[in-house]
Amino acid sequence: MNKLKKKITSAKKKWEGIENNKEPIVYIGAASCGRAAGALELIAETEKFIKENNISAKVIQVGCIGPCYLEPLVDIKMPGQPRVSYSNVNVRTLNNILKSQLLEGVPFIKAAIGNFGNSDFNGIPPFYELPMLKPQVRIVLRNCGLIDPEDIDQYLAMEGYQGLMNALQMSPEDVIGVVRQAGIRGRGGAGFPTFKKWTVCRNTPGEQKYLICNADEGDPGAFMNRSLIESDTHAVLEGMMIAGYAIGASKGIVYIRAEYPLAIERLRTAIKQMKEYGLFGKNILGSTFNFDITIKEGAGAFVCGEETALIASIEGKRGMPRSRPPFPAISGLFGCPTIINNVETLGTLPNILRNGAEWYNKFGKEGNRGTKTFSLVGKIRRTGLIEVQLGTTLREIIFDIGGGVQKPFKAIQTGGPSGGCLSEEFLDLAVDYESLASAGSIMGSGGLIIMDEDTCVVDVAKYFLDFTQKESCGKCIPCRVGTRHMVEILERITHGEGVPEDLLTLRTLGDTIKKGSLCGLGQTAPNPVLTTLRYFRNEYLEHIKDGLCRAVVCKDLIEYRVIKEKCTGCQSCVKACPTGAISGPRSEPHNLDKTKCIKCRSCYEVCRFEAIAGDAIVIRTAGKRS
Amino acid sequence: MPEVIEVIFEKYQRKPDQLIPILQNVQREFGYITPESVKHISRYLRISENQIFGVSSFYAQFRFTAPGRHSVKACLGTACHVRGGATLLEMLERELGISCGETTPDRRFDLERVACLGCCALSPVVQIDADIYSRMTVNKLSELLKQYE
Repeated sequence: MNKLKKKITSAKKKWEGIENNKEPIVYIGAASCGRAAGALELIAETEKFIKENNISAKVIQVGCIGPCYLEPLVDIKMPGQPRVSYSNVNVRTLNNILKSQLLEGVPFIKAAIGNFGNSDFNGIPPFYELPMLKPQVRIVLRNCGLIDPEDIDQYLAMEGYQGLMNALQMSPEDVIGVVRQAGIRGRGGAGFPTFKKWTVCRNTPGEQKYLICNADEGDPGAFMNRSLIESDTHAVLEGMMIAGYAIGASKGIVYIRAEYPLAIERLRTAIKQMKEYGLFGKNILGSTFNFDITIKEGAGAFVCGEETALIASIEGKRGMPRSRPPFPAISGLFGCPTIINNVETLGTLPNILRNGAEWYNKFGKEGNRGTKTFSLVGKIRRTGLIEVQLGTTLREIIFDIGGGVQKPFKAIQTGGPSGGCLSEEFLDLAVDYESLASAGSIMGSGGLIIMDEDTCVVDVAKYFLDFTQKESCGKCIPCRVGTRHMVEILERITHGEGVPEDLLTLRTLGDTIKKGSLCGLGQTAPNPVLTTLRYFRNEYLEHIKDGLCRAVVCKDLIEYRVIKEKCTGCQSCVKACPTGAISGPRSEPHNLDKTKCIKCRSCYEVCRFEAIAGDAIVIRTAGKRS
Repeated sequence: MPEVIEVIFEKYQRKPDQLIPILQNVQREFGYITPESVKHISRYLRISENQIFGVSSFYAQFRFTAPGRHSVKACLGTACHVRGGATLLEMLERELGISCGETTPDRRFDLERVACLGCCALSPVVQIDADIYSRMTVNKLSELLKQYE
């Protein structure tokens, strides 16, 4: 332990050097999302700039700080000045920023969004006072976007591995006691108290026990786990060690999606560093605790997020769930007692062990302690990764943090494909495990998808069902056959061929699937349909009775039209149309041949974005009788 | 080919739980799971070819036909769906003349749909080889395809 303490002292010194930097530092957010927005190009460009101008400056890659709608983000810290953050940077603005900051020493105010000091700096507000950040409480995400995840020293300087050191000085039972007092519940979705699972595993005799980190984030529309691993890798690994110590496991496994190559690479780097720092293998930090971590790449199956299916997958079998009991805590991987915890649960543990249960109890509310991360996506102004206290209302999340919707709000889907679609009347619902369940939805792993009036709820329900139907492992007949049947009915409805009786059939099928399935996938698969049937029944009826899709999404119920008065005859759409459905000479209103139109949207996009076009192409719902 | 497979085997223990990592490695090496490699794996791990096909067909990652020079993946995650991911996929199918899981006759592209690439805030996204393109539109995508030979 003394060896690590020395490392911490030197790490802190190194960090102080960064804080009181003598040369400029350029931070670039380069998690997967930042990269998709062009961060790698910006890094290359910055390095080129530094070289060409012959200045000494450092470039540090950091993770994701959360507000993805501002990506790519570039921060610059000049000596003696607070770190200034620039948003939506492209190559051109980057050069302006670098010129202004590195050569002239003044912030490029026009593109600056916030500074990391405590007060205004040259008129730039503090970053954490921004409307998206202010209502958040960042515990799990505290380091994300601030430190270089590939540098263990920076994590150590942020009190990293302090939680583990505290834990190792307690008995495993006491560690479980702290977690019990903290009241943290599984962040993977079901919300089972973490300490209960642990106690069962601890008390089960067995020479070999396993601790698995579930990073099989299969929910479409959720990326909290990816972001956390990419941005603060060591926090998750530290959490694994604390959990491993508490339950008596000597082997840890990270089960992670193969679709997250950057996260996997960072985990590998982090594990290498742990080895160098004596945080891996035998007698960790001079204690009797042994722990090693291996990485298992998932091979693409949503159902493997379920505990027993995940275990089957690690064992090299088809990822199919089995009935419980025995629970994995008693008989799991290779028949040994196994605990599977979600990435976020593990990422929270170091904070609890470092600051104590009482501190953690300050957040959230009775029965729902602490914070939860959510990925806020869909038709919302400020998309991104957020962390709020449990008990925050949906309204606060959508309107205060997310900045609201551009068009009128229609619905919010919580919990991904297993969750429910909630309507406007639920906006004041507190986000906690019980409240969401009472509304027919679930907390899930934390994907929040916002829909506005341009989203068709029937289409969304069909989308989710189609997803779960394809991902159903096929073991339980209600899930395998039932979901398929539901998809077929929904397809008929979206084609305008539904009959009123379909709605009852959907409900009956949904109830049966929920009751007759073994695992969480089947038990929750009908939720999107059941909740939309409950809260948006009218839209189903409109599709069935009038052949109307008010959101103009369902292809068979819509048509494209050219508004003659608006059309400037610019011919852009004529060129864009792949089937030659639009015709007309230049400068004259164009014609759209409905029999040839395949509703591919190309002309609509061109007409909206080309400067010379007149917004003349519209999509209208056709209706059965029109 | 047998030599390449032998090299892969050296990295893994002769245990059934190594099946998926071996399959992943084989796919990285050859681009897909070749029938021949299944025979070799079967002999190495002492499990039947049936079982190997059973496991590999269960997971979406494994493919059994040769991929194209460039892999195009259309993301159909929830966020992408809400923002028009399906329209992009239809456009890709039309433009390339193939459906999901197939390869163009000239081997230039193969097309797949993925459940989520985890870049939901930048939706809709399309992945071509290792690059993820954000905030795609039908017309931008059509231009983009021309850059790949």
